Amino acid sequence: MPDPQKNPLLSGREYIGVDKIDGPLIFVRQTHPVGYRDLIECVDGQGRVRLGIVLESSTNAVVVQVFEGTSGLTLPGTRIRFSGEPLTISVSKEMLGRVFNGLGQPIDGGPPQRSDVELDVNGMAINPTARQYPRDFIQTGISVIDGMNTLIRGQKLPIFSGNGLPHNELAAQIARQAKIRGTNTEFAVVFAAMGVKHDVAQFFVHSFEESGVLDNVALFLSLADDPSIERLITPRTALTLAEHLAFNEDMHVLVIMTDMTNYCESLREISTIRGEIPSRKGYPGYLYSDLAELYERSGMIKGHEGSITLLPILTMPNDDISHPVPDLSGYITEGQIVFEREMDGRGIYPPVAGLPSLSRLMKDGIGEGMTREDHPHLASQLFAAYSYVKDVRNLASVIGEEELTPLDHNYLEFGMQFEQNFVSQRMDEDRSVEQTLDLGWEVLRTLPVEELHRITDEEIEKYYGS
Amino acid sequence: MSDRIIGQVKRVNGPVIEVMGITDAEMFELVRVGKENLIGELIKLQKDSAVVQVYEDTTGIAPYDPVYGAGMQLSVELGPGMIGTIYDGIQRPLEAIRELSAIYIERGIAVPSLEREKRWHFVPSVSDGQQVSGGMVLGTVQETENLVHKILVPPSDSGVLKSVVAEGDYTVEETIAVLLLEDGTEKPLHLMQRWPIRVQRPTRKRLPLDIPLVTGQRVIDALFPVAKGGTVAIPGGFGTGKTMTQQAVAKWCDADLIVYIGCGERGNEISDVLTEFPELIDPRTGRSLMERTILIANTSNMPVSAREASIYTGITMAEYFRDQGYHVAIMADSTSRWAEALRELSGRMEEMPAEEGFPAYLPTKIAEFYERAGSMESLSGAHGSVSIIGAVSPPGGDFSEPVTQHTKRFIRCFWALDRNLANARHYPAISWLDSYSEYLNDLVPWWEQQAGPEWFADRTEIMELLHKEVRLQQVVKLVGPDALPDTQRFILEVCTLFKNAFLQQNAYDKIDAYSTVQKQAKMLHIIVTYWQRGSEAIKGGATLVKLRKMKVYQDIVKMKFSVANDDLSGLDKIEARLERAMDQLEALHA
Repeated sequence: MPDPQKNPLLSGREYIGVDKIDGPLIFVRQTHPVGYRDLIECVDGQGRVRLGIVLESSTNAVVVQVFEGTSGLTLPGTRIRFSGEPLTISVSKEMLGRVFNGLGQPIDGGPPQRSDVELDVNGMAINPTARQYPRDFIQTGISVIDGMNTLIRGQKLPIFSGNGLPHNELAAQIARQAKIRGTNTEFAVVFAAMGVKHDVAQFFVHSFEESGVLDNVALFLSLADDPSIERLITPRTALTLAEHLAFNEDMHVLVIMTDMTNYCESLREISTIRGEIPSRKGYPGYLYSDLAELYERSGMIKGHEGSITLLPILTMPNDDISHPVPDLSGYITEGQIVFEREMDGRGIYPPVAGLPSLSRLMKDGIGEGMTREDHPHLASQLFAAYSYVKDVRNLASVIGEEELTPLDHNYLEFGMQFEQNFVSQRMDEDRSVEQTLDLGWEVLRTLPVEELHRITDEEIEKYYGS
Repeated sequence: MSDRIIGQVKRVNGPVIEVMGITDAEMFELVRVGKENLIGELIKLQKDSAVVQVYEDTTGIAPYDPVYGAGMQLSVELGPGMIGTIYDGIQRPLEAIRELSAIYIERGIAVPSLEREKRWHFVPSVSDGQQVSGGMVLGTVQETENLVHKILVPPSDSGVLKSVVAEGDYTVEETIAVLLLEDGTEKPLHLMQRWPIRVQRPTRKRLPLDIPLVTGQRVIDALFPVAKGGTVAIPGGFGTGKTMTQQAVAKWCDADLIVYIGCGERGNEISDVLTEFPELIDPRTGRSLMERTILIANTSNMPVSAREASIYTGITMAEYFRDQGYHVAIMADSTSRWAEALRELSGRMEEMPAEEGFPAYLPTKIAEFYERAGSMESLSGAHGSVSIIGAVSPPGGDFSEPVTQHTKRFIRCFWALDRNLANARHYPAISWLDSYSEYLNDLVPWWEQQAGPEWFADRTEIMELLHKEVRLQQVVKLVGPDALPDTQRFILEVCTLFKNAFLQQNAYDKIDAYSTVQKQAKMLHIIVTYWQRGSEAIKGGATLVKLRKMKVYQDIVKMKFSVANDDLSGLDKIEARLERAMDQLEALHA
């Protein structure tokens, strides 16, 4: 909201002609005192208005960043209008079912969005003491997630994928199938696309349409041919709406953001143009803080019904998990679902790598009263056994399968069944958590009972059977 | 706050602000910027301009905004009321902020660090006319059931007490004594004092580090112990369990007080600690763990410059309790985020970078921080210690990066977390090959006194086996285990047993979450006995299968869950059974 007390004479002041244009950045000299991160409007010769924000302000020059790119601007003909307030968007529940660009302007041909609630897109840091520790199990119907890397309401769980892997399919499947057991509450979906192809955006729209949930989805699209700079604001706009829905409207929101790698590349672009000192691979030193500003907006709040569950998708360049983007994401998010190209090649969907995948919030969201009492130990045993399978496979590739001990043969069989029957499922297959756990026991039966170190005797009696 | 204007904003670039027209200002002076009174600190002075780092989001700050100086350095308030409180990086109480600004942290909020209204029952232990010097105890406040908060004379003051109040209830700001300084001026003393965060509190001398900080975590206490007053680094890539290890240590270690610094980490982790700690019971005092914990939370989305300060805020509080004669342990999670904050601020000030964009003074800063740890004799003669356990988050899990490398120069205990162990869900994923402790030899006498004379020999023996195992595993990878003789396969067998039965520890199991040193020593001894007797039996002609099929083997595997800390007779029984089974086996082959 504009503050009438603040700089009444200066806000809204307009300057004709700028001093330098470099990529998406514009430099203006000799302005009035301009606030850091204030919203600006940039008007070109044809009268087209583009939005931007102040990146740096000093007594003699101001640097602004224009979200819609600077093509067609001229030095003398460009007009810059400083609004004297930060970038806000107006948000409302009616935004569900509609399509917007990265700045929150409708691009579905419908009327412009109007609402009384105007929120700063940068958000504010949630007070850690106000957070509710997330522990409600979300059933996604996907065994490898529900059973081994459980998604919790309010969690941020990214998918670390690679080009050509079915991350979009998995994200869409989660969005379709996610539910809280024992309730009817549906998830509202906020979808932010950053620099993805038209086909990908179309795939999601289709998938939401087919399952009839499109009315419950708000899409923010900044596609591959949109100015790269717009990608920087897209996730913030989307998350601002998500925060409104979750904490003002008490809804459960699932935010899908794809592709975070494109977002980070835009950030690198701006950083390079500004001549900042790079850290790893040319990415700016503040990449971690910047990603944290986005990811940390998920969660649950004490005394509020709603929640934001965040599902960022990122493609690991060259499938390298130690690349700065997945690496820094992994340090902020609460676990990760990692895809493995080799499994995809063998036709396993979803190709979730068993060992590097992890859900940090799983420990408090599963077990008696939440999923089933055998879940924690079963998951732990599956992990341990599968980890041994990897060793056996390595050994087999050196000395040949024939040389393996009978026990190791059991493990190979377990590994095969685990991947084929437990991990692998159809894209429209929605398994209940009981089905998932029972499947887990079924594949464990390929191992002799002495090998099950992590399972109690009672559980063996009840589930492993004879 | 004073409203002395010291200058005007010249340039804003994120949290770094250049100020012009400086009249009088001192280095590291606490300042407030703009109409919203954002808190900042002056970090560079040059002629009439200065650089200020602001601890809050600077959106909206414009050139020519006023900058006010507070006339003092960035300091923390030290006094009763800190324990059980959760602060942000510059010691603002987050619970109190929440009452003022709902779920988000609004900017420019000013809340005193210590509650001003609350009255504490003060029992003086000095009287009028007494000569006192800095660091001496004026009296006590029973802050929690188990912690007596000693009120100290500020370290820099000494003189004669002109008056002391009677026993009674006082707020932190009320005068409890008047001190006549040597220069003749009078100085009122309060329950509360201030201390600048970047300055180490003075002590009389450093003491040798010969008592372990017992953590109840077997891999730590038995293999890589840390001394009270020691420094530890826990490096590990994401998902290897840095936070889990730190939380386990924070929960179970035998320090009197824990300062837990969440520096640039996840909000939900803080919320986890806040939900879990009040419910957990400290095994030594029988009281809630929150009653011995101070939390500092500067989550990753909170302003980056306050992240830089949070480490110093935490250690200053720890030093204050050390001076009262307590053993304090600091968990800093993670020091890499702190180093990255330094890098970001340095970049914004356009300083010349050294390795990977980090400033050249990074090692100096790391050294300064870790050197504030130690076991000390305080100015009043009390013995206290500050131990630092710092997590390091190396990018890509690569330990050759600057923060890990520089940290290794200044710490003496290294718990390296291993990605492969974590992937196999072997927790705590502390690698027995890469970790080390330089405190080991100093701690042997304590261990032998507490847990019997065998401990050190047992430990040496098992470490030797673990190193042998690595070489054998390389052979196994090439030719398979069947090619090894039984004597060598038995080494593999014992190492697997040791990993499963001893090193792995379930933080969520009621019994296994914590092991006393006595239990650890006995467990270790049982496994070493199994190895020694077993390898003799193999030499005598017994087979590996027979050794593995012994009934007592399963007892050993499950002893960590089945034998409670307060009754170790179960371990004695297992040991006796083991000896009997081995005797039988030997008799069979004799």
